[in-house]
Amino acid sequence: MEYFVQQLINGITLGSIYGLIAIGYTMVYGIIGMINFAHGDIFMVGAFLALIAFLVLVACGITAVPLALLIVLLVSMALTALYGWTVERIAYRPLRHSFRLAPLISAIGMSIVLQNYVQIAQGARVKPLPPLVHGGYTLLEGNNFAVRLSNIQIIVVVTTILLMSGFSYLVARTRLGRNMRACEQDIKMAALVGIDVDRTISLTFVIGAALAAVAGLMFLLYYGVVDFFIGFLAGVKAFTAAVLGGIGSLPGAMIGGLLIGLIETMWSAYFSIEYKDVAAFAILIVVLIFLPTGILGRPEVEKV
Amino acid sequence: MSDSPPAPRTDKPAGKQVDLLAALKEAALAAAVAFALFALLIGVRTEQGPTGALVIATRFGMLSAFVAAAFAGRFVFAVMRHRLAIPASLFAPPAVKKIAAALSPYLALVILIIALIVPVLFYRNHYVLDLAILIVTYIMLGFGLNIVVGLAGLLDLGYVAFYAVGAYSYALIAQDFGLSFWACLPLAGIFAAFAGLLLGFPVLRLRGDYLAIVTLGFGEIIRLVLLNWQNLTGGPNGISGIARPSFFGLPFNSSANGFAATFGLQYSPTHRVVFLYYLILALALVTNWVTLRLRRLPIGRAWEALREDEIACRALGINTTTTKLTAFAMGAMFGGFAGAFFATRQGFISPESFTFSESALVLAIVVLGGMGSQLGVALAATIMLGGFELFREFDQYRMLVFGAAMVAIVIYRPRGLVAARSPSVAMRERKAIPADIVRNARTESPA
Repeated sequence: MEYFVQQLINGITLGSIYGLIAIGYTMVYGIIGMINFAHGDIFMVGAFLALIAFLVLVACGITAVPLALLIVLLVSMALTALYGWTVERIAYRPLRHSFRLAPLISAIGMSIVLQNYVQIAQGARVKPLPPLVHGGYTLLEGNNFAVRLSNIQIIVVVTTILLMSGFSYLVARTRLGRNMRACEQDIKMAALVGIDVDRTISLTFVIGAALAAVAGLMFLLYYGVVDFFIGFLAGVKAFTAAVLGGIGSLPGAMIGGLLIGLIETMWSAYFSIEYKDVAAFAILIVVLIFLPTGILGRPEVEKV
Repeated sequence: MSDSPPAPRTDKPAGKQVDLLAALKEAALAAAVAFALFALLIGVRTEQGPTGALVIATRFGMLSAFVAAAFAGRFVFAVMRHRLAIPASLFAPPAVKKIAAALSPYLALVILIIALIVPVLFYRNHYVLDLAILIVTYIMLGFGLNIVVGLAGLLDLGYVAFYAVGAYSYALIAQDFGLSFWACLPLAGIFAAFAGLLLGFPVLRLRGDYLAIVTLGFGEIIRLVLLNWQNLTGGPNGISGIARPSFFGLPFNSSANGFAATFGLQYSPTHRVVFLYYLILALALVTNWVTLRLRRLPIGRAWEALREDEIACRALGINTTTTKLTAFAMGAMFGGFAGAFFATRQGFISPESFTFSESALVLAIVVLGGMGSQLGVALAATIMLGGFELFREFDQYRMLVFGAAMVAIVIYRPRGLVAARSPSVAMRERKAIPADIVRNARTESPA
């Protein structure tokens, strides 16, 4: 029982990180219907920016952890958002009205570019960061096993919940959110009623990248290491999460993220750690057999 | 003096001066963006210090070079954009176009002849021969994937799985049962085709991008199983000592009953390389021939109909289930053949060779070649892999340039190199369908 609760906590933490990345996939897919393959690498860039920003702050003598973390969060969100904007501007906007596989290839190319850019600029070796946030609570004890809830896990989950509620508010209540939903329904009609479609799409990429940057910082804090290749696997898992939850649906992305995180953790805990990714993909396939549009996805309307 | 309006100093009209100012503004903005983008990742380098903790070093010189480059580049672009509307005829003057148009019916033939005489031309150059083998391998993979993506319109992001299944089937059968390459080749194809069916069944109901992610997941599952099923596949160490191909039973070695001795030739390791080249060329040509023939059969027509419109397809009474499954199985089978060839050529395989980037590369070849065009696949594979080799000198920048080139090609020619499509059925004469009127429902957004 204690072991299970511990794995549940770990799974939810991991799932929160996946969920944050998945939001970026699902939003972009919802609006322009493309798989943004470079999004995983945007997450990786976010993690690197956070790492470097932190090191620069330390070099400048700012060592108070809460203050440093806050600055790092803001800096990496802003700069990663700029990366998201640039990628959209360079690689996707010229292909806006092209056929559908063209942006996909462009995105794969962009993903290769980002990976190698970071590898060349920062080296291929793993970058370790000593743990910044210490401590935690012991929730349960028994059978020689103590269930620990560390502060960093609390930070990850609370940040995710805050961002998710903020983001849901943005989509549901603000003008930008309304524009985004309008573009999602019908880009042409949205343009006709006076919505600046290009700007809305740009902002979607910016917000998605900013959320990925938060995920990157959380990843850095939680695992303590980053390298240039983390983006691929995290990106694939997050995209799997977005599809599992029903692509285009925001709560779906979060549920999918949590599910993938839990499946992965539980499988590693009870079966074999080698096959955890196999389990995640296999469950995706099984779910899609029975729910072809994911858990919360809208069934596609067939028009003739 | 001060109250008289200043005389214009240059004879340029005012509009262009404003242009210059706007260009400066644009360039400054680009420089600012570049500064923000590169400040941390280029301007600061993290290194492992003596204690193991990370230390930082600054690279302001490089950072300012990047920012200056962004400024200059954007400025030149902004100034030139209006003045120099580059005429299309600069890239392709009418004369060149005429020659190209005259040649284009024979282009495939010319390429075929060049492909056939490559070993004669470069007999002494192992490097070129190896590169040619690599390119033709990818052409073959491209042909195989073209059936799934180009003809049937099913987006497959895990094609490398079938390549892997083919390679491992060949390696394991050859090692455990001692069968020859020629006996194993069909078996490898059959196993890969079954893997295709295995993937096909669960994805029958899925559409578009749900399909894409499942195929991607399938590719990863196969790779992870190969990586972790230590007893069978050797795990990360892979399988080594795979039987090399023989010339229909005659081994390529210096022994008395080897290929060279039998034909009274001086033994040379090049024989094997040349044989491998012709082997993969033959396999690729067979794939091409089968694909072209299949397009004329009802099943090929059904694939293309499925790509154009699935609902109309069903309304016409085409069984979409078998149509999709055969497309997956066919494409997978050719991937399996290519995999078997890969295994026998390398003599060593490991899961390292079957990562997602291979699937992405093959898909890029198909899309950049112009979906559904066999000639386009051959051209795209040659350009991409050949170009990749040209940058061998710049080792670490190679992948960077490769990725950037992918983005550039797709932006410059979104529909691929050979964008026009030749119709499968025609009333009187075959006329190429120009790219801009080719539209298909399954692979294109309605917007």
